[in-house]
Amino acid sequence: MTATFVGMPAFPGAARTALADTQLRQNLAHATGTIRTKRARVVGEVEEWEELRLAGAAIKDNTLHHLDEHLLRLEESLTELGATVHWARDAEEACRIVAEVARGHGVDEVVKVKSMATQEIGLNEHLAEEGILAWETDLAELIVQLGDDLPSHILVPAIHRNRAEIREIFRREMGKVGRPAPEDLTDVPAELAGAARLHLREKFLRAKVGVSGANFAVADTGTLVVVESEGNGRMCLTLPEVLVSVVGVEKVVPTWGDLDVFLQLLPRSSTGERMNPYTSTWAGISPGDGPQEVHVVLLDNGRTKALADTVGRQALRCIRCSACLNVCPVYERTGGHAYGSVYPGPIGAILNPLLKGVGHDDQVDSLPYASSLCGACFEVCPVRIDIPEVLVHLRSQVVDTHRGHKPPKPEAVAMRTAAWTLGDARRLGLAERASGLVGRLTRRGRALPGGRRALGRLPWPGSLWSDARDLPQPPTESFRAWWKRTSGGRG
Amino acid sequence: MVTCVNDAMYPETGKAVVTLLRRLGVEVDFPEAQTCCGQPMVNTGYLDEAVPLVRNFVNTFDGYDAVVTPSGSCAGSVRHQHSLVARRAGDRALEEAVARTSPCSYELSEFLVDVLGVEDVGAYFPHKVTYHPTCHSLRMLGVGDRPLRLLQAVRGLKLVDLPKAEECCGFGGTFALKNAETSVAMGSDKARHVRESGAEVLVAGDNSCLTQIGGLLSRQRAGVRVMHLAEVLAATEGSTGHSAGHPVDAAEVGA
Ligand code: SF4
Repeated sequence: MTATFVGMPAFPGAARTALADTQLRQNLAHATGTIRTKRARVVGEVEEWEELRLAGAAIKDNTLHHLDEHLLRLEESLTELGATVHWARDAEEACRIVAEVARGHGVDEVVKVKSMATQEIGLNEHLAEEGILAWETDLAELIVQLGDDLPSHILVPAIHRNRAEIREIFRREMGKVGRPAPEDLTDVPAELAGAARLHLREKFLRAKVGVSGANFAVADTGTLVVVESEGNGRMCLTLPEVLVSVVGVEKVVPTWGDLDVFLQLLPRSSTGERMNPYTSTWAGISPGDGPQEVHVVLLDNGRTKALADTVGRQALRCIRCSACLNVCPVYERTGGHAYGSVYPGPIGAILNPLLKGVGHDDQVDSLPYASSLCGACFEVCPVRIDIPEVLVHLRSQVVDTHRGHKPPKPEAVAMRTAAWTLGDARRLGLAERASGLVGRLTRRGRALPGGRRALGRLPWPGSLWSDARDLPQPPTESFRAWWKRTSGGRG
Repeated sequence: MVTCVNDAMYPETGKAVVTLLRRLGVEVDFPEAQTCCGQPMVNTGYLDEAVPLVRNFVNTFDGYDAVVTPSGSCAGSVRHQHSLVARRAGDRALEEAVARTSPCSYELSEFLVDVLGVEDVGAYFPHKVTYHPTCHSLRMLGVGDRPLRLLQAVRGLKLVDLPKAEECCGFGGTFALKNAETSVAMGSDKARHVRESGAEVLVAGDNSCLTQIGGLLSRQRAGVRVMHLAEVLAATEGSTGHSAGHPVDAAEVGA
């Protein structure tokens, strides 16, 4: 995969392109609508859902509070069980570690279980530069990889594609990198899955090194957990001789018992299933069974920076279920690519700025504004991340980094002027008298339903509104003026 | 609190609140020092700029039994954001004042149902109406079905379902300008659902959202009117003028 998010335009520009793609909007509305309904149904079945959410949030918060202790405990458990633990400060260190392991075994290919952490660090691209091919084995990831495309969803990275497009990609690309798709392949889902299965099987059987992430890492028992639906994960985790897992430091939970909460929250929130089809767990090395060399790369890459942010740190509770994407009205219309990151949607709008920091990249700084603050994400988040709160907090960070800049941004001038006008009732009254004058002078606009007239087209930035939406003319008398004139409505 | 948007752009909503509350026996005052709750600044990230507005709010309203506002998002801002702004200002006295004013601030439907304990406010509005639950009233304040209960008790009113009612209209304050295309895409779907509902009037508890949806409906010549909940609840059989289903140009009322 050579596609990369590097150099993406800021959100409003990227969204504009996406919004114009009618096929994309159809695909997304259909897919998110379906999964939303499924989720709502299975979540509705659980009477104590709110208690589960609270428990999930509390376990994560407590763990993050003593993250250092839990990570050291995890390292200790893993080492005892024969795994090698590596610590990676950033993406580059993590990629180097994985590449060294692969090179150490003289391989030129690895098989991968779908993993957000390895995408975050750009592992496939890094390995490719070293001449090592990384094969994605999750069906949707395979579609993205074969199509030289970018993921647009955390769980269903090819959600922006429909069946017909997938068939095309399989027929065109599979043969170039392995077993070709059958000549007579149709767009029936079972046939598409069958073609992927045959294509992938030879890669599973050949690969010596497997690469994964982990949904959870249990400190006490040194157990890593991967939750998946297709069985490709189980193959990657058991067939190769060597297994390298890249795990974000926030994935640690203290005890085996904590999984009880998360294994209920995750499948219902993500795929809308009561239970996911495959849950694989492994603790270090089991002699004679599965990989006999196990590496775990514990990844920071901005997580400790996020942890230092007292409001933003709640984002580290995230279990990557993608429920927030599926309910987000912005995501539903723009799709994931507009966010310019492997983490799209509401969680991406907060996680990217938190991991990368604000104030040095316009694309990152545009993300906290990619929301109407409707709050649907917070409502569904299984670990109760108050995404709107974090968005507003990050917006203030973006604004603060620009304070004192000369010349100030037009928006800053507008906000300061508005705050000044609104800071005092007399000043506001004067402004209303002025707008009332506009209302009196421009009485020619088209009548709106209800009798008031519409203003015409406005100059920029008002045109941002009036290009597509009417605005009523200002009334000739404000409420304040009416109250005064009529002595509180009694005159 | 009438709110700055209603004061400047939708005075009829403010008048309707006064009419309605007085009809229900409430002593109503409009302290003239009031301006804006500061929400536009906070939500755009300008916290420092919001400090004087929060200060003005508590100076204006500290001491009243209840602050009633015909806006879910302004009530939400007062209840959930003012403490944040006061903390940022590092002013203990302001924080304490906010702790007094925030809890007694109510969105209109909350005040009617929870504080006054009424659902039938004696209104008459013989029209086919659908209701859009605005995001902040729904998810930030949790007003639940209070507005619907109030509407159901209005004589003559026929309430019809709005498809995908709980989906955001795409207004979002400065979002409507910063991400105008996305905002319009969201609003257009909402407007389509309003048309599908078959209602002649769309009612909501927030004029900002109604500006968005109404602005799209009227650009589409959809022939559907938007109206604030307060104006519907203020309407009575005998009343003419602004709120009895005979809307007139505000200019004529005020001139
Ligand atoms: S933020 Fe919450 S809803 Fe979104 S992916 Fe993470 S856990 Fe799921």
